[in-house]
Amino acid sequence: MMISFLAQVAPAAPKQSNTALFMFLAFVAATLVITYFSAKKSSGSSAYFAAGRRITGWQNGLAVAGDYMSAASFLGIAGMIAFNGYDGFMYSVGFLVAYLTVLLIVAEPLRNAGKYTMADVLAYRLKPRPVRAAASLSTLTVSIFYMIAQMVGAGTLVRQLLPGVSYEAAVIGVGVLMVVYVVFGGMLATTWVQIIKAVLLMSASFFLSILVMAKFDFSITNFMEAVSHVTFTGKDGASVTQNFLTPGLLFKNPLDQISLGLALVFGTAGLPHILIRFYTVPDAKTARASVVWAMILIGLFYIMTTFFGFGAATLLGPDYLKVNGGTNMAAPELARFLGGEWFFAFISAVAFATILAVVAGLTISASTSFAHDFFTNVIHHGKEHRPGEEVRVARITAFVVGALAIVIAIVLGPTVNVAFLVGLAFAVAASANLPVILFSIFWKRFNTSGAVWGLSVGLASSIGLILISPDFMKNPLFPLKNPAILSIPLGFIGAWLGTLLSHEPESAEKFTELTVRANTGLGAEKATAH
Amino acid sequence: MSPQPPGDLTPESAAPTDIAPLGRGPLKPEHEKTAGEDGTPVNWDEIAADADFKQLLAAKVTFIVPATVFFVIYYFALPFLVGYHPELMMKKVWGEMNWAYLFALSQFFMAWIVAAFYVVVAAGWDRKAAALLAKYKH
Repeated sequence: MMISFLAQVAPAAPKQSNTALFMFLAFVAATLVITYFSAKKSSGSSAYFAAGRRITGWQNGLAVAGDYMSAASFLGIAGMIAFNGYDGFMYSVGFLVAYLTVLLIVAEPLRNAGKYTMADVLAYRLKPRPVRAAASLSTLTVSIFYMIAQMVGAGTLVRQLLPGVSYEAAVIGVGVLMVVYVVFGGMLATTWVQIIKAVLLMSASFFLSILVMAKFDFSITNFMEAVSHVTFTGKDGASVTQNFLTPGLLFKNPLDQISLGLALVFGTAGLPHILIRFYTVPDAKTARASVVWAMILIGLFYIMTTFFGFGAATLLGPDYLKVNGGTNMAAPELARFLGGEWFFAFISAVAFATILAVVAGLTISASTSFAHDFFTNVIHHGKEHRPGEEVRVARITAFVVGALAIVIAIVLGPTVNVAFLVGLAFAVAASANLPVILFSIFWKRFNTSGAVWGLSVGLASSIGLILISPDFMKNPLFPLKNPAILSIPLGFIGAWLGTLLSHEPESAEKFTELTVRANTGLGAEKATAH
Repeated sequence: MSPQPPGDLTPESAAPTDIAPLGRGPLKPEHEKTAGEDGTPVNWDEIAADADFKQLLAAKVTFIVPATVFFVIYYFALPFLVGYHPELMMKKVWGEMNWAYLFALSQFFMAWIVAAFYVVVAAGWDRKAAALLAKYKH
């Protein structure tokens, strides 16, 4: 992989930016200080995995937003809109509407009936070992795919900004930092890293949008006029003027869009790193408040993607972006154009912070699931042999997961298309996790065999369909880029058939208790004393 | 598995499997107990059979099901219309602004409005749930 990396020539030689380097270091220093103080408080499982359940509604809202607005959103969507116009905005819409599924259906029952992980709710009335093993596998799959996408993004970004730093060094740097946050600071440090990042990202997007609109005298009419006449060089070398408000520039097949929409709207409610955030608040009411805070922030952010996405399309143009960093650098390049070197450095540092924060959130969800679900509950039958063992295992897992993600990201190299990894993560979450979460909360007859079947069929079908999709095959057996339209129904059918194949009266018996707990919050995990 | 102190309702996710008994420490003094901790262990079936509980569940279903159906239809109308009826969506509404963009933008407001309704309605459920639990607090 070294050879393929060396053979790669950057589109344009980027300049070393000392301002950007300084801002990176400032963010890293601030977060390390937080980690140091959190480390003092992170003893015991509840403190380490759930920040003692003492995070407030707005803080958790910011952290949920921080966990969610990844590099794919900030850099990826801005670039997608800059190159494909309207269709890029479709991602933004799906990302917000997805939170209605979280708010209306999943957040509160989960908070009321669980402890640290998604599997807690599944294992509530089912046989815990098989269910937790399957849920842990799907959690690790989703988290690692998502994480690799972020790390590749980080490596590419840092290489653009600091040409002295190689892709490998950048990936290792990000990996080491996230392991430090998670191993020493636990959920509390991770939460605060998310909060700072969310505030930075929101303000950066806001300033960027204002500067874009200032170029158009703050007139939406002028702005839309420019967006409808974007000129760039077409494939045949001729100059093309295209209305960027036209749908269909990216998605040629309408089913592609619908399938992507399904993955986004139903996948978010199955993303383990989002779900575990609801255990950090004191009760279901606060969990609800935090979803609402997150929806306000996420909505505003994704509306702003049209300002800086279309802004990059009109003010810089796809031709300029193509030779200056490519799709993923649309937002930073726009910042350089509008606000000079300093603003460029700021936006890049924010993008870097975004990646670090998301990677830390993913690491903690993966290590919590491994330590709590797999190690303690599957291998050790739910007994902690020595006090603090569960947290110790989680720390070791965070280290292993970090190392694994570093190695995979380096092996894949900077040229890998990361969009399909994120798409895969959402599709797996929607097809494997969501059906079993819904059935275990709402279907009395649901049982262990159903959960294991649902998780396995959802996981296998989403990954299998991606492997035979246009992203991987020249003559794809499955025509769509995103498998959700087929794999979600398969996940549900798997869970349903699996349930019918076996009888488990104990599961139906405990359904009453789960329903009462989920709907009243009776006996839910409380915040720990200070 | 160690026996739970009486009155401790900390969920045992899947019975004896769960560990890390935070919040399951020594019993609190009487005056520090919250509703959930006070009293004898719960008879879940009794609460589930309670008319007030059934009413609470029914109220939730009557809101959540239609709201979910509504937002799913509203959301998927967008990729459907944009994909299969692009000529309709490309019609200009105001200046260069077309239906496709306006409909996409309206999704954000739709999501916020549904969420706002939910918050208001759910506050009522919280009161009902609190009243219900108060009945079983002895």
